[in-house]
Amino acid sequence: MTKGRLVGLEGSFAVAEAVRMANVDVISAYPITPQTHIVERLAELIANGELDAEFICVESEHSAMSACVGASAAGARVFTCSASQGLELMHEVLYIPSSMRLPVVAVTANRALSAPLSVWCDHSDAMAIRDIGWIQIFAENNQQAFDLTVCAYRIAEDKKVLFPAMIHIDGFYLSHVVESMILPDEEEVAHFIPDYVHPFVLDPENPVSMGCFGPPFIYPEAKKAQEVDLENTKPKIQETWNEFGEIFGRHYLPVETYKMDDASSALLTMGSSGETAMLAVDEMREEGKAVGLIRLRLWRPFPFKEFREAVKDVELLVVLDRAISFGMGGPVCSEVKSALYDKRKDLNIVGYIGGLGGRDITVEGFKYMINRALAYPEKEEEFEIIGVRE
Amino acid sequence: MSSGKKGWKELEIGCVVTEPGSAASYKTGDWRSEKPVRDNTKCIKCGICYIYCPDMAIKEDEEGYFEADLYYCKGCGICAHECPSGVITMVEEVEEEKEEEEKEKR
Repeated sequence: MTKGRLVGLEGSFAVAEAVRMANVDVISAYPITPQTHIVERLAELIANGELDAEFICVESEHSAMSACVGASAAGARVFTCSASQGLELMHEVLYIPSSMRLPVVAVTANRALSAPLSVWCDHSDAMAIRDIGWIQIFAENNQQAFDLTVCAYRIAEDKKVLFPAMIHIDGFYLSHVVESMILPDEEEVAHFIPDYVHPFVLDPENPVSMGCFGPPFIYPEAKKAQEVDLENTKPKIQETWNEFGEIFGRHYLPVETYKMDDASSALLTMGSSGETAMLAVDEMREEGKAVGLIRLRLWRPFPFKEFREAVKDVELLVVLDRAISFGMGGPVCSEVKSALYDKRKDLNIVGYIGGLGGRDITVEGFKYMINRALAYPEKEEEFEIIGVRE
Repeated sequence: MSSGKKGWKELEIGCVVTEPGSAASYKTGDWRSEKPVRDNTKCIKCGICYIYCPDMAIKEDEEGYFEADLYYCKGCGICAHECPSGVITMVEEVEEEKEEEEKEKR
């Protein structure tokens, strides 16, 4: 029951299509590298009269997010995207919509951070914004980039949620690659994302103050409310994905597993590398090795329960990080270890860092990681940076 | 908590403030470590202190003299620095006196 038409679309264009079908009111973006074709396409759609939205071409990513905050506070449905250095320049403002509870939707085409200057994919930019308080979701292919962006509006704007949401798509691997995908019927998408009304908007008739001064007597209460509410978005996220699945035939979970039923070893990935990892798992299965794959779809709020459930029967967990938390190791591996502390002390967790700055991780690369971890179960190092020339 | 202040469940979403102009009830006078004391015999009623006060805490009275509202005055001393006639002296706050003054006001 996959409804729609089969098309070939670049990841950036797939996201632009989702934003167009979401019928956004305001798009605010800075147009130069590390920007992708997403806003280029959206600007084209607006210029062609195919999307009735205001395009604010700002002077920096910091301003792009600021304009989104303002427009969202006025009740508009908004969109922006960035990556890499641009996302870092936006960093300060990213905390504002999550604290003010504005349902901004953004897409990040994950890329490395300077220096040396790199425009290629890794998760350094995503890991630098782990704590911004947004709902953060990782897509694996262009279909998911589209689907999850559509769902992001529905989730973010739900009155039980009202948090900004960010979809991470791997730079180049998705943003610049044409894949076949199903483009659903526009009206069905519009129906799936109805108009929304925020309980508080900037309105001279009903004045409110947003983002006010928060002295010590109120700040901790505000932060607790924000954290508890973010945690409580999990059922709504799943409910939305379930409903999307029922209508459009594609189903999403906070933690997705592949060949995990009888697996004794598992590999964990985020983003586009999950599909390469699947091929590695297939090949290792043919070799008689009980290997499975876990893909972390929902990154924030972290799906503790689903993740613990996914690893409950394995003896070895191999975690791939596409970023370094300098002086600490792989950020995903660190979080995974902390999520399992007290729960699975017997589980051997091996962290690898790879795929930095657009270095490809091949099927052989994943097999090497798993085989290496299986061969050396008692590793002394906390983590290993792999695929690097001596 | 019994302080009369809102608990985390009672806050509006996003900590939105629904009462316009509520900042007026926030007592910035608490921040003060020095208060402005005036010798109005030297005052030429120029209003420089009133103009320079960054918190608009200085008001003009019926006779044309100026006085800081200590509920808001943070004790920054800009008025004393700018006054061309040396009317204003910044005097260290003594906690007990501050409390006494507040009691009298009530």
